[in-house]
Amino acid sequence: MRKLFASLKKEYLLLSRDIGGLLILFLMPVLLVITITLIQETTFKSVRGANVEVLIVDRDHGKISEEIKKNLQEIPFLQPISTLEEKAITEKQASQLVAKGTYQLAVVIPEGLSEELNVLIDRNVEKIISGFSGGTEENSYSKEQKAPPKTIRLYFDPATQQTFRSSVQFSVEKMISKLEAQFIYKAFEQELGNSDGLQAMRTQNFVRFEKINPSLSGGEILPNSVQHNIPAWTLFAIFFLILPLSLNLVKEKHQGTFIRLQTSPVNYLTLVSGKAILYLLVCLLQFLLILGIGIFLFPQIGLPELQLQGNLFLLLIVTVFSGLAAIGLGVLLGTLFSTQEQAAPFGAILVILLAAIGGVWVPVFAMPGMMRHLATLSPMNWGLEAYYVLFLRNGSLVEIAPYLLALFLFFVVTAGIALLVYEKKKKV
Amino acid sequence: MIKIKALSKKYKKSTHFAVDALDLDISSGGIFGVLGPNGAGKTTLISMLCGLIKPTSGNFSINGMNYQENRMELKQSIGVVPQEYSLYPSLTAWENLQYFGAMYGIPAKELGQLIEEQLKNNGLEDFTHKKIKSFSGGMKRRVNLIAGILHQPKVLFLDEPTVGVDVHSKAVIIQNLKKINKTGTTIIYTSHHLREAEFFCDTVAIIDHGKIISVDKPEVLIQNTPNAIHLEDVFLSLTGIKLRDYA
Repeated sequence: MRKLFASLKKEYLLLSRDIGGLLILFLMPVLLVITITLIQETTFKSVRGANVEVLIVDRDHGKISEEIKKNLQEIPFLQPISTLEEKAITEKQASQLVAKGTYQLAVVIPEGLSEELNVLIDRNVEKIISGFSGGTEENSYSKEQKAPPKTIRLYFDPATQQTFRSSVQFSVEKMISKLEAQFIYKAFEQELGNSDGLQAMRTQNFVRFEKINPSLSGGEILPNSVQHNIPAWTLFAIFFLILPLSLNLVKEKHQGTFIRLQTSPVNYLTLVSGKAILYLLVCLLQFLLILGIGIFLFPQIGLPELQLQGNLFLLLIVTVFSGLAAIGLGVLLGTLFSTQEQAAPFGAILVILLAAIGGVWVPVFAMPGMMRHLATLSPMNWGLEAYYVLFLRNGSLVEIAPYLLALFLFFVVTAGIALLVYEKKKKV
Repeated sequence: MIKIKALSKKYKKSTHFAVDALDLDISSGGIFGVLGPNGAGKTTLISMLCGLIKPTSGNFSINGMNYQENRMELKQSIGVVPQEYSLYPSLTAWENLQYFGAMYGIPAKELGQLIEEQLKNNGLEDFTHKKIKSFSGGMKRRVNLIAGILHQPKVLFLDEPTVGVDVHSKAVIIQNLKKINKTGTTIIYTSHHLREAEFFCDTVAIIDHGKIISVDKPEVLIQNTPNAIHLEDVFLSLTGIKLRDYA
C-alpha cells in the first residue's frame, strides 16, 4: 500500500509540474466545450434571427405573388426585397447578385402564376360541385387541367450550407401549400356562399403540432446544444488523457527510471495503478470542471444553462468507467511504444478516430449503415450513450449498466494485454 | 555468494550468443569488476543478474536465491545503479530518493534520515530540494548512486558509475563505494576505466565474445602478463587491439 501511495504521490508531482500536460488535460477541453457550443448556438441563432435578405423577382404581379411576399415577410429569418434602386429586380440581375454572394437567396415568381392558379382552382372547384349536382362538364375541363405546373425558382448562394437551403425550401413549400389551400377554400366559398365553417378552415389550421421530449423516468427534458455538447466533449477530454499517460510511460523508459523500477521489489501492476488512480482523479476533475462551466459560466455568456437531469452520482460513475477505459488504452500504448515520436501522433489520431466513430461530432443515427455498426465498437460511443441516457433521457443505473460493463471489460482487456506485452518484452 | 552456471543469452534477431555458457563464482563481501570491450557481453550479463532480461539457458543464484523462486526477496537484496541517470528530472533530489526508497519498503522516518545522511556524505545537502534537471552531471551521478544504496543492499550492481563525471565527483563516488563495501555489501562493477578498476576492484573478470577469458586479482593478472604494467596492458593482451564497433 505504501508503494502504491508513493507511486501516486510521485505521479501527482510529475503531473503538477508538467504545464503542457495540464493544458492538454484541463484547458483544452474547457476551450473546446465553450468554443463549439458557442459556434453551434450562434449558428442556430444566426439562421433564425439574422434577417437574411431575399431578392423577390415578381414576374406575376398578381394576388398570389402579393401573398407570397407578405408571407415571406412573416418567416422570422427572411427579409424580402422586391426592388433595387427603386427598380423591379430581374431574374438575370438576381442570379448574378446571388452568384456573387451579395445575397444568399432569390425567389423568382413565374409570370401568370396567380391567373393560372386561379383558373385551375376555379375549374376544379366547379368540376367537383357539378359532379355533386350530376353535371356533364367533366370532359370539357379534363384537357385544360393538364396544363404544365408552374415553377417557383429558388436561387441559392453556393456558399450557403445545405441545412440553410433545406430550411428555406421547406418554409417556402409550406407557405405555398398553405396559400393553395386558402385559395381552394376561397373558391369553394365563392361557389357555395359564405360559410363560417369554410372561413374557419381557410384561416385556421385544423392540425397542430406539439413537440414532446419524453424521458425514461416520465418527465420531460428540453434538449439543447449544451445538453449535447457537455457529455460529448467531456468524453473527448477524458479519452485525451491517453496522450499524457502513454507519454508518461514512454518517458520513464527513456529516463532510465523504468530500469530502476524493474529492478526494485515492486510489480508492474502497482506502478501502473499509481498512474491509473491519479488519472481517474483527473477524469473526475475534468468532468466537474466542465459541469461547472455548463452550469455557472454558460448562462453568463449567453448560452443555455446545463440542466443536470441525471443523478450526479450516476454521472460520476459513468465518468469513472469511461476514465478506466481510457486509462487501459493509455497504458497499452505506453507499454507497446518505445519512443514519444511513436506514441504522441498515434495516440492523438486514435482519440480523434474513436471520437469520430463514436458519435462525438456527428450523431450515430445520422451516420451511414456501415458506420453505425462501427460506432458500437468505439468505447467513446459507450460512454457517450451512457451520458445521454442520464443527461437527455433521465435514465437510471439499469439503462446505463450495459455501457458500464462494456467500458469495464475494455479496461480489463487493454490493461491485461499491456501486462502480457510487458512480460513478453522482458524475455527479449 | 553469486553462482553462475552455463549462463547463456541469445537475442532474438542475433546470430551469436551475447553471453555464451558462462560459469563464474563471485564471493561475498568483495568488489568484483567485469571488464571487456564493447559488445563483449558485460551489460547482458549484469542485466540478467539484475533480473532485467531472462537468460536463454543456464542459471544463477545470488545468496542462494533466484528470480524464479524468490523474485521479490532477491530484488530486495540487490541494488542497481544504471549507467543512465535513472531519476525524474522535474522532481527534487529529496523527492526522487523518497520515491525510490519507498519502493524498497523503507519506513518513512528511517528513509528521511537515510536520505539526509547520504546527501551529506555526497556533498549534496545544499541541493536537497532542488530539481534534478538543474544538477550537473557529477551531482546527478551521485544522486543516482544514493538511489541504489538507500536500502543497504547485500549486492550492489554498478554500471559505469563514474562515466562522464568530474575528478572531484569521481573521488567522492569511489570513496563512498569503498565505505559501502566495508559494511559487507558485495559490489559488482563494470567500467571502461581500467585504471580505476585496477585500484578499486579486489577481483576482475575479463570477458570477451560472451565468455570469461581471465579472472583473478588485478595484481596477479598484471604479474602473469609479460611486459604488463597496468591492467590496461593485460586487457589489450587478452582482447587484442582490433576495434569493436557495434551498431
